[in-house]
Amino acid sequence: MAINTEKNLYTVLFAVVMVIIVGSVLAFLASGLSDKIKENERFEKQQNILYAMGVHENEGEGSVNFIPTDRVEEEFSKFITKQLVINGSEVTEDNEAFLIDLKKQLAAAKDGVTPKLPVFIGEKEGKKFYILPMYGKGLWDAIWGFISVNEEMVVQGVYFDHKAETPGLGANIKMRYFMDDFIGESILDGNRYAGIAVAKGNNDPVNEIKDDNEVDALAGATITGNGVSAMIRESVNLYRSYLETIRQQ
Amino acid sequence: MALLSKKDANLILDPLADNNPITIQVLGICSALAITAELKASLVMALSVIFVLGVGNVVISLIRNIIPSKIRIIVQLIVVATLVIVVDQVLKAFAYELSKTLAVFVGLIITNCIIMGRFEAFALGNGPWKSFLDGIGNALGYGVILIIVGFFRELLGSGTLFGLKVLGDPIAKTGVYAFGYENNGFMIIPPAALIVVGIIIWVQRSRNRALIEEN
Repeated sequence: MAINTEKNLYTVLFAVVMVIIVGSVLAFLASGLSDKIKENERFEKQQNILYAMGVHENEGEGSVNFIPTDRVEEEFSKFITKQLVINGSEVTEDNEAFLIDLKKQLAAAKDGVTPKLPVFIGEKEGKKFYILPMYGKGLWDAIWGFISVNEEMVVQGVYFDHKAETPGLGANIKMRYFMDDFIGESILDGNRYAGIAVAKGNNDPVNEIKDDNEVDALAGATITGNGVSAMIRESVNLYRSYLETIRQQ
Repeated sequence: MALLSKKDANLILDPLADNNPITIQVLGICSALAITAELKASLVMALSVIFVLGVGNVVISLIRNIIPSKIRIIVQLIVVATLVIVVDQVLKAFAYELSKTLAVFVGLIITNCIIMGRFEAFALGNGPWKSFLDGIGNALGYGVILIIVGFFRELLGSGTLFGLKVLGDPIAKTGVYAFGYENNGFMIIPPAALIVVGIIIWVQRSRNRALIEEN
């Protein structure tokens, strides 16, 4: 018996059955893989935090090389000595602070809730690193990252990432040559928390001047670059009172 | 070719050259312009499209006789969207780094006109095996152009291939940069892809005059 595929009832039934099948396949797949995906995301965050404090496997010049995922948990607990959560004027220790989603906290802050802001304190070769997360907007979508400073508010390392910046242009904020430029710059301008601007006209392409609060911009990525400047400025100001206490120590 | 009959082999070989989806049918141009600034992204996109089109064509071909024609476009869209999500989830779980490169382009695969075009023009009227070959062939034809464009854009625009500095270091002035060569920033922006695709079309049609349209 041939089915009449033109009938309305058949069309509706077909649509319903199709959606049920597709829906269950996807639900099955998503729940089956979600643990693995969450684990990957956790490792990635640990890799990023370590990268910002200079714990990585970079060789000479070239590409970004993280600590491999099979060792990252171990290295993370070795180098990150303290994880703090700043909630208003209260500072508490929390070993799961790196799982805090800064995006959600910033959204909550807009609604008047005091945000929980994570800070990571790392130690390497006797030096202390204060690592702050950052979150902002690029040209197309979100950009985020980590910045580590020492007691003098001099940048020790940064890591940037993005969701959907243009490949070859804005996406280059996660390239090493761009991120390395930030090292040695100060986030202070006198006593003002100025952050570091990605500037087009700073006439310093090899980045020799370290006291101008500026790094050289990426060609063709003006809006992403402005997003990075704004993100650093805003994050630094969010943590201003905490950073003040570090400076006075 | 012993593995495939001549007719079957043509299903794969035709879209590579004389019936190429990008240069002859002018489909899928949008993604060819958007993502070819880097060779790696081009390659990942090509591989994903090969998977989605190969499997999608088979699925559509298997259910071709029971799809109500009134909602066939929606059914096709659901099949593409499902496959793309499967690719995305599996990559996120097992190849996290790669999935981050691909994430931007997932939406682009769903809207890629080549995929809908092959479902509509081929899979709805042919058996699963033929549809599979047709899907792989067209996706390869698309991928080849993507990789050619990505190769030239990354080489001339950034002086790199797969991120490796094959032309030397532009800042330290080594390699060809020692002779005053400069990267062409224009190659990175999407209009450059249009020009590269244009040149490929020109070369292809002047080598095979049968491809030139009458008017």
